[in-house]
This record gives sequence, structure tokens and C-alpha cells, in this order.
Amino acid sequence: MEPVPVIKLEDVSFAYDGVGVLEGVNLEVGRREFLGLVGPNGGGKSTLLKLVLGLLAPTRGRVSVLGGSPAAGRRRIGYVPQYPSFSRDFPISVRDCVALGRLGRTRPFGGFTARDRALAAEAMRETEVAGLAERPIGTLSGGQMQRVLVARALVSEPEVLLLDEPTANIDQRVEMEIFDLLKHLSERLTVVVVSHDVGFISRYVTRVACLNRTLMCHATEELTGETISALYGQPVRMIRHAHADHGSGTHPGATRPASQGPHRDAPPDRPGDLPP
Amino acid sequence: MNEFLQALSQHAFLQHALAAGLLASVGCGVVGTYVVVKRIAFLAGGIAHAVLGGMGVAYYLGADPLWGALAAALVTAFLVGWVSLRWRQHEDTLVGALWAVGMAVGVLFLSRAPGYGPDLMSYLFGNILMVTREDLYLMAAIDGGILLVVGVLYKPFLAVCFDDEHALLRGVRVELVYLLLLALVAVTVVLLIRVVGLILVIALLTLPAAIAAQYVGSIGRMMLLATALGATFTSGGLALSYGADLPSGSVIIVLAGLAYLASTLGREAVRRRVLR
Repeated sequence: MEPVPVIKLEDVSFAYDGVGVLEGVNLEVGRREFLGLVGPNGGGKSTLLKLVLGLLAPTRGRVSVLGGSPAAGRRRIGYVPQYPSFSRDFPISVRDCVALGRLGRTRPFGGFTARDRALAAEAMRETEVAGLAERPIGTLSGGQMQRVLVARALVSEPEVLLLDEPTANIDQRVEMEIFDLLKHLSERLTVVVVSHDVGFISRYVTRVACLNRTLMCHATEELTGETISALYGQPVRMIRHAHADHGSGTHPGATRPASQGPHRDAPPDRPGDLPP
Repeated sequence: MNEFLQALSQHAFLQHALAAGLLASVGCGVVGTYVVVKRIAFLAGGIAHAVLGGMGVAYYLGADPLWGALAAALVTAFLVGWVSLRWRQHEDTLVGALWAVGMAVGVLFLSRAPGYGPDLMSYLFGNILMVTREDLYLMAAIDGGILLVVGVLYKPFLAVCFDDEHALLRGVRVELVYLLLLALVAVTVVLLIRVVGLILVIALLTLPAAIAAQYVGSIGRMMLLATALGATFTSGGLALSYGADLPSGSVIIVLAGLAYLASTLGREAVRRRVLR
């Protein structure tokens, strides 16, 4: 028997007030896959995550999570938002913030149990924020905050981790550390990460899905300049990569066209980035 | 001060007043903490003022105005919550309308009430010296109820105040918890009416907790400190007003306001010295 896909979208379309955001999207994510979801701004990446979380309902098609409805599967998903959806001056420590990830997996009444505390400690150790446990969340740097959010997602013992541009606001050295952490986690979890930086994530993920209203799926090795150009609707600057991990070949390193805002150049300390 | 302590040992009405202040500070410390961190002071103000409508109706019908206040507070909390959840974009207008219409209804019923009109001023600004033994029992019961609900629902309340999107994804019934929180605010308003009156309630619901937030980093410690501060303001205000023959509710509020100002300016001065 075929194993049940962790996430399955069948011919899914979605429109905000009649404006199409997603159209006819078919996607299956299998167990322990590490999927990178890329595409231009407004291409529907965050909308797709919200459909998977059941925060939005598709206008057409079907979304299933772990074989059931998104609302039912939601508690088995660890979600890391692009921006923390809380105020940074809230009086709460890192430890308690992480422990709140236990909601839905622990008793509904009273305080946290010893097991909740132990799992929170374990998640903070894994994300390397154990030393920050007593700190108020308002004192964290962007990278530390992102790790705390990953810890909060992990503490619910999820089967899937969904991350919406987890490194949009942090420097690139920390970005690599976070993706190393995700790579490590993907050995035991299904990980779906949204990014606008194809070239960067292609060294970590097992598969890239390109989304711009419709979906094109690729294994990392298949990603070519033509598909990237088709995705963004205009030629993009290419940087030749010589990846140590999956051989050499032409990979898009900088995939954002000029109109997408300030270009994010690969830093000189990344080996393998050569001018065309 | 000695004069006050001597009078306290002789007069039951002063002992009742002191006990009322202490009982009120528990409610304002615990629920005020939620009002401050969830930033619903305006909603709490709307609930407090609209309560006059219920008191007026109860008085007109010959019932105890405090029970009328309790019923009106709960109804208003539900209306305010419903407005806040369903008509988010018009929240300020609608809560402002409930605020004023509630008061107007109260004044209309009081003006048509048979016999001598009640002392409207004591509803609006409190009269802690008129607290009876029965009032104290009711206040103690309200405190007990608040502590029980907060103890049992500690995690959902924390989750909804801190990050309601995350709480929703973890399966918390966010809207229900939010309405319950507003119901707590409503009963706390009733708890405080005798002490400072419904116009000044909002200050005791926010100032002690806001001062506490400047010094501690968790909800629990904020509640404890805010309760201690509330007890200091009500007892201190009572003593000062007795010595100077001034309205006690107003002295309590001015004391709380001055303490907040001093604390905020003091913190700012320390922060500047550190930065320099």
C-alpha cells in the first residue's frame, strides 16, 4: 500500500475577493522530505501554507494533512511564522514561550507539567537556545528569536515543520546556521520551508517547488535557468555554482529579478559562488 | 497616620473600607495584568461605563444595584467581545457607542426611579466608606472566582494574550477564551465599583499592572506585584483621604497616577544614565 502523503494538495485554487492567488496546484509531500517552496512575492507561498494549516479554505480542490483535514492535522504541524505574531515587549521568558508550544498536546487545565518542561528544555537544547531560557523574549536578536520559534514548534512533537521565510530578517551567517539546523531536523521530520532565495536553499533541500500562481515541481538538480525565468516572468541573473554536495552545474544563485527589490548578492565567504 | 490607625481600631466602617480596598486589589492585580498585556484598556473602560445602565435598571426595579451591575457587566462584556471579534475595523466606534449609551440608559432609569434618587455620585466615583459586610462577602466571592478561573485556565489565557494566532493553531478555542477574559474584566469592574466607582475603575485596572510590568518579566510576578501595589494605593488613599477629609476614591486614583508617573520617569532617567 502506498504510504499516506504528509501533505497533499489536489487541484487546489484559491482567490482573495475574486483575485486568483493559486490555480490548479497539485502537490504531494512525502515523509521526511525537505521541500523548499520558492517563488516571487505575491506568488502565493504564504497562502499555500495557510491552506495547509487550515487557516484558509480553498475555493476549489482539496487539501489533506496526514490523511485528514487540515484542521485535524494542524496539531501535528509545527509552524514557524515569518514574523513573530506577538509583541516583543510581552512579559514572558524564552522558557515559557517555548513551553506554550505544548498547547494541544498537554492537559488543557492548570500549569505546565514536568513533561512539558522537560520537552521544552530538550527543544531549546536542540535549537541551541538553552542558555537563553530565562531571558525575556524582547531581548533576543533576530536569529535567536527564529531559533526560539523553531523550538516552540518542535516542542509540540510535530510530524511536519512548516516555516514561512524563517530567515527573511537575519544576516546570512545566521541564515546558514538555521538551515543547517533544519537539515538536521529533516532527518526525522518532514520540513517545508518557504523562501525567495532558490540558489541558497537548493543546497539544503531535497526538492524545490516553484510557485507563481501555478506550481512547477523539481528536484534540486533539475532547476534550470529557463524554469526560473518562466517562474519570475523575466530573465534573471545567473550565478554559476559549483556545489560540493551535488556536483557542479549551472544553478541559479541569484534568482530575483531587479524589480524584486534590492538584490541579495552571495557573500564572498560562500565557497563555489563564481561570476558567470 | 496615627489618627487614621486609631480611628480604624474604633470604627467598623473604616475596617470594612480597608478590607474592601485589599479585596479589590486582588482582582485589579490579577485581571489588570491581562488588561495591560492584551491591551484592552479601552474595552475594559467601555464595559465599566456601560455598567451604569444595569445599575439604573436594577434600581428602578427595586433590586440591589450591585446585582444589576453584575448582569450588565457580563452582557456588555459579551457585546464588546462580539464587536471586537466580528467588527474589528469598527471596534473603537462601537465600543465608544456602548460606553455612552450604557451610561445614558442608566441615568434615564435613575431619573424615573421611585422615591429619593440614589446617590449617582457614589456609583460614578465610589464610596468605600459605605461598604457593608455583605458587600465584603460578595467581593471575597468574586476574588475567589477570579483566582479559580485564572488558575484553571492559566495556559489558554497566557496563550491568547501572548500570541492568539499560535494559540489557534495549537487548538485553543481563542474566541471563547477571549470572551471569558472579558467576562473576568466585567466581574472585576463590579468588584471595584464600591471602592472607586465605575468612572475610576479603569485606572485601578491598568495603573498597578502597568507599573508592575516595568519591573518584572512574567505574568505571574506581574499579578503579585500589581496586587501589592493596588493594596498600597487603596490603603494609602483611604488613610490620606480620612486625614484630609477628601473623597477616598479620587485620592486612591491620584495616588496610583502619581506612582505610575514617578515610576515611568524614574525608569527613563535610569535608562538614559545607562545609555550615556
